[in-house]
Amino acid sequence: MNRDVRDVAVPQQSSTDGVHAERLYGWGMTSPSVADVADPTAVEQLAELVTGAGPRGVIARGLGRSYGDPAQNGGGRVVRTTSLNKILNIDIEHGIVTAQAGVSLHQLMGTMLPLGWFVPVTPGTRYVTVGGAIGADIHGKNHHSAGSFGQHVLSMDLLGADGQIRTLTPATEPELFWATAGGMGLTGIVTQATIAFKKVETARIKADIWRAPDLDGVLAELAATDDKYPYTVAWIDCLSTGRNLGRSVLTCGDFAKLDELPAKVRKDPRKFSPLSLGKVPPVPVSGLLNKMTGRAFNEMWFRKAPVRKEGVIQGVGAFFHPLDGIMEWNRVYGPAGFLQWQFVIPFGTEDTLRQIVERISAHGAPAALTVLKRFGEGSPGYLSFPAKGWTLALDFPTNTPGLAQLLDDMDEKVLEAGGRLYLAKDSRMRPELLAEMYPRLEAFRKLRAEIDPHQVFMSDQARRLHL
Amino acid sequence: MKDSLGAPQSLLVLGGSSDIAMSTARKMAAARTKKIYLAGRPSQRIEDNAAELRTLGATVEVIPFDAAATDDHDKVLSQVFAADDIDVVLLAFGVLGDQAEDEKDPARAVAVAHVNYTGAVSSGIIVGQALKKQGHGSLVVLSSVAAERARRANFIYGSSKAGLDAFAQGLGDSMVGTGVHVMVVRPGFVDTKMTQGKEKTPLSTTPDAVADLIITGLRRGSHTVWAPGAFRYVMSGLRHVPRPLFRRLPM
Ligand SMILES: Cc1cc2nc3c(=O)[nH]c(=O)nc-3n(C[C@H](O)[C@H](O)[C@H](O)COP(=O)(O)OP(=O)(O)OC[C@H]3O[C@@H](n4cnc5c(N)ncnc54)[C@H](O)[C@@H]3O)c2cc1C
Ligand SMILES: NC(=O)c1ccc[n+]([C@@H]2O[C@H](COP(=O)([O-])OP(=O)(O)OC[C@H]3O[C@@H](n4cnc5c(N)ncnc54)[C@H](OP(=O)(O)O)[C@@H]3O)[C@@H](O)[C@H]2O)c1
Repeated sequence: MNRDVRDVAVPQQSSTDGVHAERLYGWGMTSPSVADVADPTAVEQLAELVTGAGPRGVIARGLGRSYGDPAQNGGGRVVRTTSLNKILNIDIEHGIVTAQAGVSLHQLMGTMLPLGWFVPVTPGTRYVTVGGAIGADIHGKNHHSAGSFGQHVLSMDLLGADGQIRTLTPATEPELFWATAGGMGLTGIVTQATIAFKKVETARIKADIWRAPDLDGVLAELAATDDKYPYTVAWIDCLSTGRNLGRSVLTCGDFAKLDELPAKVRKDPRKFSPLSLGKVPPVPVSGLLNKMTGRAFNEMWFRKAPVRKEGVIQGVGAFFHPLDGIMEWNRVYGPAGFLQWQFVIPFGTEDTLRQIVERISAHGAPAALTVLKRFGEGSPGYLSFPAKGWTLALDFPTNTPGLAQLLDDMDEKVLEAGGRLYLAKDSRMRPELLAEMYPRLEAFRKLRAEIDPHQVFMSDQARRLHL
Repeated sequence: MKDSLGAPQSLLVLGGSSDIAMSTARKMAAARTKKIYLAGRPSQRIEDNAAELRTLGATVEVIPFDAAATDDHDKVLSQVFAADDIDVVLLAFGVLGDQAEDEKDPARAVAVAHVNYTGAVSSGIIVGQALKKQGHGSLVVLSSVAAERARRANFIYGSSKAGLDAFAQGLGDSMVGTGVHVMVVRPGFVDTKMTQGKEKTPLSTTPDAVADLIITGLRRGSHTVWAPGAFRYVMSGLRHVPRPLFRRLPM
């Protein structure tokens, strides 16, 4: 397992062989653009792909799970890293893994769970790459207890605009390290990273699941869970009205200890068996999710949840990635696509949270999947999203009437409350708001101007938001 | 860049003093379109348009551009594209001519054809290439219902629009797979300075209504937009009317 990627022979062909024009979307399937896409299979190809990028520059792309346009670069080059997918080194004793940027968290779980180690942070899908996890400095249900992904990266190799690879650690190159974690690919291409994993006795979660009747209820319950569980989340129904407004299902838990598993499972306690439930119809079903079906869906899902159930043993898939069970679920919204809107606002601004939930409910926007969570302290990332407070994430079909105005108004509320939007989810915010939401944006721009004066690293999102 | 709700951030108008274009630009500027280039022949009206759009929060530049001066197109337009990504280009210039006079004077007839067709071919090719280099963007071409079937009363203008329309459709086909979208807009009688003093024909409409249809078409990625929409059906009927009868229709 100790093969260093630098030993791989330099390939004979040119790095640009196989580069082809491709129309790329984000996960929401909106605002595509066409770029020259390269799928390098060796790190040695990367330097030429970067230094030889034309006037429109280059951006890294992982599994394209960000919702909008950060992993697109219209008219320029896109380097998809998914073939750079080797796990380079595993220190079993300390749970330290070095992996190429294109390795997915799915792959890491499959390899590491049987060895008793889990990824330090996982988003709501396992199908993200290490590069994407660093680029967006992603968070999981354990943010309040473990922070963001970048905080578990011990070191990373970054290919810069000059074609050189630098090894960054938070101690030796804090500025570039923290500009890259959360930097949405704009500081360079991460080629590999060394990550500290979390020790687990089993591959199962012991979860407590219970309902909260309304918004006040869920806020109070969540606040009381911070110290009790490393993983917490609430699924909140933003379509219910009146006294049901904000009714929620809380799911909180931790990895089960060996002796907490039923005897049958105890024989193979660290088996990683994520179940896949099949595909959503490959043909987009236009308008499948409207307000009515959204309501019916939420109603069914709320009723299905137990009033209170403790010690439920769940697999990693069921607990962390319920949507991964349905491959290509993003197609249910039909050809118009959808977007996700996620914000964080500080603790103490619960009034704003209430106003936003009320507004969405009143608008009847069919936001079926809504996640509420508490963040802990943010990371030093220049553009990292998490900050101490409440975070709410909602999906909207883009053809929802009045959506543009609704979201613009709510952006203002978020800003007024001292909050911000998540760049990995954003696809539509007004560029002017960004600097107010991210006070370190100017410092990020300055650093970028120093290390990449010609803006070799460029994405559609960077163009849209004048990053 | 267009955002996920289809709102463009930048607009280039060719024929920056056009009333239809101004109605469109006004609506776009009120939303997300904050960078606007008005290209056209220098005039008070184009400056006034620019000033008004600025009050809506847009940054506006006026670019001297003559559709008839095809030799200069490349230079003028390249400058715009070098400075910025352009999400939407609205090709709006056009002259109606004076059919009765133009029939008597070949030079006048040619001038109409030159602006409406040749000028559009020249700038359309350049814009198509530039958008292709960006990997995204829309070109909106203001054709006319007159392009669908040339009429006795305005066949010089009508034939120039027919040529423009066919050109724009072909350009759109050539752009498949490049990220570039070409949309042909076919208005009927629109109440603008072009038609001032002319008698309104049935299904007449306003620049504001055409602007709304353009913006919706852009969001949907339509290839053809009729204004008003009813023309789609009217023209599909008229297309098959025998010529002797068509000639005598009161339109
Ligand atoms: C169902 C679902 C649930 C999600 N849940 C969560 C969640 O709970 N928490 C959360 O934080 N996020 C969540 N996300 C968002 C997702 O985790 C991030 O968008 C993540 O960045 C996606 O990784 P990717 O490999 O698909 O990257 P892409 O989407 O391809 O790229 C994302 C960004 O990372 C950059 N990047 C990619 N690779 C590299 C590299 N090698 N070097 C430098 N930059 C690079 C890209 O340029 C781009 O800016 C969710 C997404 C989905 C679809
Ligand atoms: N109004 C209608 O009923 C109608 C119907 C169908 C289609 N259309 C088409 O819609 C488009 C816009 O028309 P409109 O109704 O908005 O009328 P408009 O206000 O008269 O706009 C046409 C514009 O074209 C410009 N133009 C003419 N010659 C030019 C040249 N050589 N170079 C650059 N610009 C030139 C004119 O500006 P300057 O003279 O200042 O240069 C004028 O502002 C035209 O293509 C027209 O044919 C209009």
